[in-house]
Amino acid sequence: MIRSLKQTWFFNPKNDILAGLVVAMALIPEAIAFSIIAGVDPKVGLYASFSMAVVIAFAGGRPGMISAATGAMALLMVSLVKEHGLQYLLVATLLTGVFQIIAGYLRLGELMRFVSRSVVTGFVNALAILIFMAQLPELTNVTWHVYAMTAAGLAIIYLFPLLPKIGKSVPSPLVCIVTLTIVYMLTGMDIRTVGDMGELPDSLPVFLWPDVPLNLDTLLIVLPYSLGLAVVGLLESLMTSTIVDELTDTGSDKNRECRGQGMANIATGLLGGMAGCAMIGQSVINVKSGGRGRLSTLVAGVFLLILVVFLGPWVSQIPMAALVAVMIMVSIGTFSWESLRDLRKHPMSTNIVMLATVVVVVATHNLAIGVFVGVLLASLFFANKVGRVLYIDSQASDDGQAREYRVIGQVFFTSADRFTNAFDFKESLERVRIDLSRAHFWDITAVDALDKVVIRFRREGTEVEVEGLNEASATLVDRFAVHDKPEAVEKLMSGH
Amino acid sequence: MKEHVMACIDGSGYATAVCDCAAWASLRLEAPLTFLHVIDNHAPPEAGNLSGNIGLGSREHLLEELASLDERRAKLSREQGRVMLEAACQRAVEDGVEDPHSRQRNGELVETLHDLEGETRLLVMGKRGESAHRASEHLGSNLERVVRAVHRPILMVPESFRAPQRVMIAFDGSRTTRKGIEMIAASPLFAGLTCHVVTIGADIADIQAQLDWAIDTLNDAGIKAHKAVRAGDVEATLRDYQREQAIDLLVMGAYGHSRIRHLLVGSTTTAMLRSAEVPLLLLR
Repeated sequence: MIRSLKQTWFFNPKNDILAGLVVAMALIPEAIAFSIIAGVDPKVGLYASFSMAVVIAFAGGRPGMISAATGAMALLMVSLVKEHGLQYLLVATLLTGVFQIIAGYLRLGELMRFVSRSVVTGFVNALAILIFMAQLPELTNVTWHVYAMTAAGLAIIYLFPLLPKIGKSVPSPLVCIVTLTIVYMLTGMDIRTVGDMGELPDSLPVFLWPDVPLNLDTLLIVLPYSLGLAVVGLLESLMTSTIVDELTDTGSDKNRECRGQGMANIATGLLGGMAGCAMIGQSVINVKSGGRGRLSTLVAGVFLLILVVFLGPWVSQIPMAALVAVMIMVSIGTFSWESLRDLRKHPMSTNIVMLATVVVVVATHNLAIGVFVGVLLASLFFANKVGRVLYIDSQASDDGQAREYRVIGQVFFTSADRFTNAFDFKESLERVRIDLSRAHFWDITAVDALDKVVIRFRREGTEVEVEGLNEASATLVDRFAVHDKPEAVEKLMSGH
Repeated sequence: MKEHVMACIDGSGYATAVCDCAAWASLRLEAPLTFLHVIDNHAPPEAGNLSGNIGLGSREHLLEELASLDERRAKLSREQGRVMLEAACQRAVEDGVEDPHSRQRNGELVETLHDLEGETRLLVMGKRGESAHRASEHLGSNLERVVRAVHRPILMVPESFRAPQRVMIAFDGSRTTRKGIEMIAASPLFAGLTCHVVTIGADIADIQAQLDWAIDTLNDAGIKAHKAVRAGDVEATLRDYQREQAIDLLVMGAYGHSRIRHLLVGSTTTAMLRSAEVPLLLLR
């Protein structure tokens, strides 16, 4: 047993610990910033990040992925907090956890295969835009000091790593925050700091049951929020886990991740934190810093809490400008810039799906709705494309009394109309032969269309002979049992 | 598909002994011999970039960077592996094996061996591998996991190998060890060798009856057999017996006790594996 612990946890200790520390330092500003977006005290986001990271380290399905309080989730909580308060948020978090665990057991993680690449790109871009937009309130109606600090912060973040020796061994977000805090403390500028935004943790989190009446009303209030949080949380976590899979070239258990997220959210709700999920930006930072195992996530969470609880008084002196600089860095890093270059190369339908996802998310501030719209569009485009794969030609017989129609391609709801319109009912014939042996009927609409064609010909007094219906309707059933037999796939698709 | 003698090769000093042992086993069992080299291309990175920031297109650059690092290392590993496998096949041919095969697989050792279980008749492994420290007594990091995961007979080879003449099997009358005796009697690996059947414990009539049955079974198969009962600490006594009688091959059943008991109490098998100075065959 000790041996297998070594294999899954301690195979990369030094890098995991260092990466965890880097991540923790970048997590502090993010957790605070997302709490502010949601409208709660920074305490809530920080406790949430701690408990999400720690529980996921043990229960998650993707080692090396960082989970904490996130912007995607924070955006969904705004109205709940405004109307009902923090306690209802905690209940919503608990319920979110329950839904996610159920999703894990129902193997809904596998539904990710219906989410196309463009939707994922759109999701990521929209998230980056939303994170950036959330910083704007801090940058409007403020003195020039704030702009100067933010610019200086960004300069430090991006230019510090270029320094010869220490550049790559000390995280630049940390340097940025420390420097700006020192500048603020020395000059005493009149700018907002973290301390102005609300309460910071002064103790370790404690177990608390949320203070709400346990009745149906509460459930009905909280239910829609929890569903949205559960869906967005799982979407972002599963997409991030795919990205981390690619970076580390290893696989992960998607359903285990769903259950892990659920357990983490339940623990978070009981510790007084807001719901969270996996974070793309932090996970990339983690992998870049050399983190690969569960230890990095655990170290990130624990170190975050230690830093915040014991360095509380200094954390409250951090100027908001420093946080804004770090968040802008995160949003720049999360946005998928080559998707802009690819807009020219990719087919129009892909671009529309991606842009639609981005627009809907930014408009509704709800990532779940955006993904839903994106998936819907992608599916419609797909159906449309395949619906064009239909070719019907015909040949008249020598005596002009008969005609043979050959149907080649896919007949289903999208192409059923084209199928029907390809037959010339005005031509007066004795016999018509319809050859379907190279066609594929995918659903009842197709069968229905064929029926209508036959009836129309009959009403014109033409005898109809249908050939090859057996091969054509082999694709009507739901399961083909071809996945391990290449000859069966050939046969199904070619219709011979 | 005919089942092979599968021998695991890496760059350690144990490779020669493994090769000789595998050749011996392959000739006796008249089974084809395959040398296996497993390359794990996902060793954790040496050092990360701790700058903690992500800029334009960070994700894609990171993927490209990691992929090209992995690519270089993997090509090198594969080349080195090919050289090792060729050397092993060469030596096997010198030892008398007609047509040794070689295979290279990507992935983790234990997983790969588990996948190849269906084609393996006998697995031959060195006691330690490349990543072990010379001086320490520790068992190779992979060996114990392999023993647990792979349900085929495993022949563990120490640093040097010579063709065995005398075999010892630890026997306690249990079903597992009786099966062990039957397997030895049936296997061509032991034809013409002398087998010592040793029990550690009290010399009671029941055990003597069992031992007699064991001796008879082996004699019927044409294997000369001796029996012995000794008292004392299992591991130490077996080792003393082995040295006394110049045994050159040990045979044991693996992990007879339940998993939980093993965690709490400790295991004879692991102890024997650790202290064995001669090849040890683990039967399932």
